[in-house]
Amino acid sequence: MNEWQLTEDQKMMRDLARQIAQEKVKPVRAELDEKGEFPAEIMKVLAESDLFAVFVPEQYGGLGGGCFELCLITEELSKVCPAVAVSYAASALGAYPILLFGSEEQKKKYLPQIASGEKLAAFGLTEPNAGSDAGALQTTAEKDGDSYILNGNKIFITNGGVAEIYSILAMTDKSKGARGASVFIVEKGTEGFDFGKKEDKLGIRASVTRELVFENCRVPAENVIRKEGMGFIVAMKTFDSSRPGIGAQAVGTAQGALDEAVDYARQRIQFGQPISSFQAVRHMIADMATKIEAARSLVYKAASAVDSGMKDVSKLSAMAKLFASDVAMEVTTDAVQIFGGYGYMKEYPAEKFMRDAKITQIYEGTNQIQRDVIGLEVIKESTKKKIK
Amino acid sequence: MNIVVCIKQVPDTTEVKINPETNTLIREGVESIINPFDTYAIEEGIRIKEKLNGEVTALSMGPPQAEESLRQAVALGADKGVLLTDRNFAGSDTWATAYTLARGIKKLKDVDLVICGKQAIDGDTAQVGPGIAEFMGIPCITYVRKIEEIDENKMRVHRMMEGGYHIIDVPLPALITVVKEINEPRMPSLRGKMNARKAEIEKWTAADIACEVNNIGQMGSPTWVDKIFAPPRREKGVIFKGEPAESAGKLIEALKEKKIV
Repeated sequence: MNEWQLTEDQKMMRDLARQIAQEKVKPVRAELDEKGEFPAEIMKVLAESDLFAVFVPEQYGGLGGGCFELCLITEELSKVCPAVAVSYAASALGAYPILLFGSEEQKKKYLPQIASGEKLAAFGLTEPNAGSDAGALQTTAEKDGDSYILNGNKIFITNGGVAEIYSILAMTDKSKGARGASVFIVEKGTEGFDFGKKEDKLGIRASVTRELVFENCRVPAENVIRKEGMGFIVAMKTFDSSRPGIGAQAVGTAQGALDEAVDYARQRIQFGQPISSFQAVRHMIADMATKIEAARSLVYKAASAVDSGMKDVSKLSAMAKLFASDVAMEVTTDAVQIFGGYGYMKEYPAEKFMRDAKITQIYEGTNQIQRDVIGLEVIKESTKKKIK
Repeated sequence: MNIVVCIKQVPDTTEVKINPETNTLIREGVESIINPFDTYAIEEGIRIKEKLNGEVTALSMGPPQAEESLRQAVALGADKGVLLTDRNFAGSDTWATAYTLARGIKKLKDVDLVICGKQAIDGDTAQVGPGIAEFMGIPCITYVRKIEEIDENKMRVHRMMEGGYHIIDVPLPALITVVKEINEPRMPSLRGKMNARKAEIEKWTAADIACEVNNIGQMGSPTWVDKIFAPPRREKGVIFKGEPAESAGKLIEALKEKKIV
């Protein structure tokens, strides 16, 4: 398969995720997609199989892995159903601010519940007027004695409503702009915290994407992550760690689509022979496979860099997310093409992969934002060299 | 509550091919799995343990490689695995197998409940479970689809019948064989798999469990296999095409030719 030397534990994680995807996800993925139904039962299986524990340190109830392990599992789940994969990975996204910047008390309180899968987590940044321009946040958190009062709306929040633990960005001091943002841990059930519109989506339909509503929601001051004003640093570092996961989702989505397309091409007879014998099809398959392998290498490299504690991983993480998601869109589109007319029909899995692929170019920073990040980092590196 | 689950490692028959010359199974390259019916037995054992505490031991008789099945049982939640393995066990039929497993269970001591799958998918005899109960002198309920109640001394089970079920009260110790309707087996967990990797699977020989030499292996097996053959393939049928009156005429002609009508 790939040349990455996986440890015994990593192989075990990958194989178990593969087994669950095949036995528990594949039989229901089309129905979940059609109904836009959250895969609660599957999340329970993932929890009982300890898959939420892989990215949490051992002292907080985890198995001590990191971004790489998270990517392996996300990739395997995505090969069968990217919607299930993102519901899983979004819990890691919600956990990252606590993992990376949380106090000892916050880690002890929240990480074991996330590692056991007993509770899902979610991350809340996007607002109606603040997506790529994260500095335009309008949700506010006003200090009031030993607590903060949150007001505002978050939209497009993955796992919104089904998660119990939320990492929420809000402005504690609007006058300071980006330096006036802070991240709060908000638990489901807190008074003044409610859920609004549930989105009806093109793809990853089984995952929940929902609005969060804060109306005079009182959150204790001890729920601030690190300290006031650290919000954007927490968010950016969170994305540095989570973007390889989106890359892994994209690689899995592309691989799943390719596998189905190859199976189909070997069976579909036209002009008296399987269409896989035609050079036109075979070359498409070759390009798809090559792109996926390149994307996987980049994702694994970025994930390894995150786990190694490398200081500036922004560029690599953004590259992994950017490249893999573009590959996913190209490969899944070609997979539909190989299926021909059948590929356009819901009876076959190709169209779902194509719909599911699109979001990877958009969320956790659009690919345009990724290019901004990469371009800026490359230019920064160049100026540093010249100063030397 | 001490529970023993008997499991068998079998070839994955969804992939089995028969050698047309020797009429035997082609075992090479065929993956070995836990007999699927036994996975329900393991699950039921673990569920009872989770409710009443105690210990689940997975027990198997087989060649050394059957150890892998026992590790899988530990990964799912069994506390330990014991493999009865000895060259002298080779060639055992259902009688000798039941005897051997019963000897193994005897060595485990104070067993309250033995659970088996209803049958193995390779031999399909469904005899070993009841055979073990017979050798142990304990009650046996086959085809159990539900354990309604269970405590340290007794249980109430539903035995599946055609078109219905029996409700049976039975004192413990007892043996049940289970059908797939009884539960949905869980997936293994990563922690379970890590435990399983480290778990020591005990291996007992015929001497360890004090078997009578004349009762085990081929020598102890009353069944002698004279010949194994694959049933001949059914010949292709003939379809008479055309208008109904025309094809019916052709059919009658053909039947007359064969002197059937």
